[in-house]
Amino acid sequence: MKAPILNTLFDRNEVTPPADIEAAALRSDRFRLEREGEWQRLEEILARLEKGRLRKLSDEDVLALPALYRMAASSLAVARETSLDASTLSYLESLVQRAWFQVYGPRQGFFAWFRRFLSGGWSRAIREIWLDICIALAVMVAGTVTGWLLVARDQEWFFALIPAEFAGDRVPGASREALLRGLQAEEDTQGLSAFAAYLFSNNAGVSILAFALGFAFGVPSLMLLVHNMALLGAMLWLYHDAGLTVEFVGWLSVHGTTELFAILLAGAAGMHIGRKMAFPGNRSIMAAAAESGKRGALVMLGVVIMLIFAALLEAFPRQLLGMEGRYIVGIFMLLLWLAYFFAYRGRPAERSL
Amino acid sequence: MSTTRLAPHLAYRAKRHREVVTPEGIALPFTVASRSSRAGALLLDFVIMTVIGIIVTLVLIWMGAGLLGDGEDGSELGAAAEFVVVLWILFWFVLWNGYFMVLEMGPRGATFGKRAAGIRVASRDGGRLTPEAVIARNLLRDIELFTPLILMMIAPTGEAGLAGFAAMAWFLTFMLFPFFNKDAMRAGDLIAGTWVVEAPRTKLDHALSTEGAAKQGSSILTGAEYKFGDEELAVYGEYELQTLERVLRDGRPEALASVHEAICRKIGWNPGAGDERAFLEAFYSQLRARLEGNMRFGVRKKDKFDASG
Repeated sequence: MKAPILNTLFDRNEVTPPADIEAAALRSDRFRLEREGEWQRLEEILARLEKGRLRKLSDEDVLALPALYRMAASSLAVARETSLDASTLSYLESLVQRAWFQVYGPRQGFFAWFRRFLSGGWSRAIREIWLDICIALAVMVAGTVTGWLLVARDQEWFFALIPAEFAGDRVPGASREALLRGLQAEEDTQGLSAFAAYLFSNNAGVSILAFALGFAFGVPSLMLLVHNMALLGAMLWLYHDAGLTVEFVGWLSVHGTTELFAILLAGAAGMHIGRKMAFPGNRSIMAAAAESGKRGALVMLGVVIMLIFAALLEAFPRQLLGMEGRYIVGIFMLLLWLAYFFAYRGRPAERSL
Repeated sequence: MSTTRLAPHLAYRAKRHREVVTPEGIALPFTVASRSSRAGALLLDFVIMTVIGIIVTLVLIWMGAGLLGDGEDGSELGAAAEFVVVLWILFWFVLWNGYFMVLEMGPRGATFGKRAAGIRVASRDGGRLTPEAVIARNLLRDIELFTPLILMMIAPTGEAGLAGFAAMAWFLTFMLFPFFNKDAMRAGDLIAGTWVVEAPRTKLDHALSTEGAAKQGSSILTGAEYKFGDEELAVYGEYELQTLERVLRDGRPEALASVHEAICRKIGWNPGAGDERAFLEAFYSQLRARLEGNMRFGVRKKDKFDASG
């Protein structure tokens, strides 16, 4: 009955003999009693796998798992045609289902997956949404220019764009000294790490929202991007007016190259899903949504990582470094990200990543 | 033919039934998790998250207070307290975003709430559940749940005007998304290619035909022998057999008595009292033997209304 390999596999771990096979009056119950030991062994292995105790699993058990799974699956097929015992059938169905999840389940841990994500998966996902990145970039540039032009023409726009509590003393007509003071380096590190943590959790939350809104709203969410960048454009004009363009850009670029890039990617990833669902090509909308959604998830994981860097840069180098240092760090980070995303090819893709 | 006659709870189950064919060619049944069990699981998860959050916050406050008590030097104190604040901020971020992701990436594919509800996340195409799918389905959680809730509180006050109502209506479509597709997918499931299915963990019950009157055909208690003729067994089908199985496994005396009476009435026996279990065991095993025997010849009798068999 059993395949020879199973006989050797079961040598060590002898299953308890079923109660009394001959005592069963029904053929289908005899069928069940003959196999129930193997089912229970499978169940025990599954319980350990589900608890994530892979290390505690002996080699024999690991080797036996696929064979036991197939046996349970064939038992289920036979039982469906020969047995009317509802309890046995539902047990087998749940057993085979659980075994299926483990046998065809993740073949690698999260860390192995994450390593593959860093060595190629991330940059590949970003290259795949290049069109959306271009659109989002164009929107952001247009937003900045709009903000600049609006404020340059009529300073009232500044107050319309930027809420008063955010602006503080950074308003049109402020003295050059007052503006410059805000850009100065700090003397000590007091409070900066809490500031970084706050920045990170805030920005990451916002970018996740931007991603979700990009999916939920599509084009209207671009308006949000326009508005935010108009704010930046207005600020830029303010400092330009005071002759502080170079200082302001330096102050911004140290973390801004990373942070703005991350926000750009988050918006693009959300938009990508909407675009793929609107134009699925020759796949079904569902398949297109699932495929682009997973790609978006990879980009978003990357965005969160970038925002960790951005928060650290914003809290420490920006507050502590002088002008040249800020420019060097900012440009270096931008080049680093660009090289990593577009020049680095990494390991070739496997099926799932 | 009998789908119209199915009891409502069975009809609801049948509606949620899906089959995935495994590489072995086995049609593996899946049952799409009901919306109520998912809502319950979600609620439980939020309770768990809140409790964890409060406990950790209290511990951090206690730690911070301890640092305040010990600290002599001002700058030392500042740095230590700041560290606690950093921990707290990061902890909330990780808890809020990581709880669902980490647990659903695990081998069970379910959060604690989902485990309690007996459901799990699975890939819709029958492939494996990848980490990126889990991330994708959880990224949309906020706009599916909290944004609509906040808007529902804001919009009726009229502060946000017409735009508030428009936004509420738009976000409500995301919140109510699971009610408008047959697989009960939420928007996150849609973009991740996942669904939530029941993951029962059934225990193997004892075999019924090895014991009592099911085996001998006669009662241990009274010695009475129960033999049923073909005519008598032909009145019932598989549905009744499996109902009888449930009654026998539960073993509640009132249920046994009333089922015993119903069967006797149906087959024209004179119902006695006191030996119901043995009667039912014998009837069960003989009915099952008959139905399974017919099954081997390809004749299946679904229930008592089914004319075949």
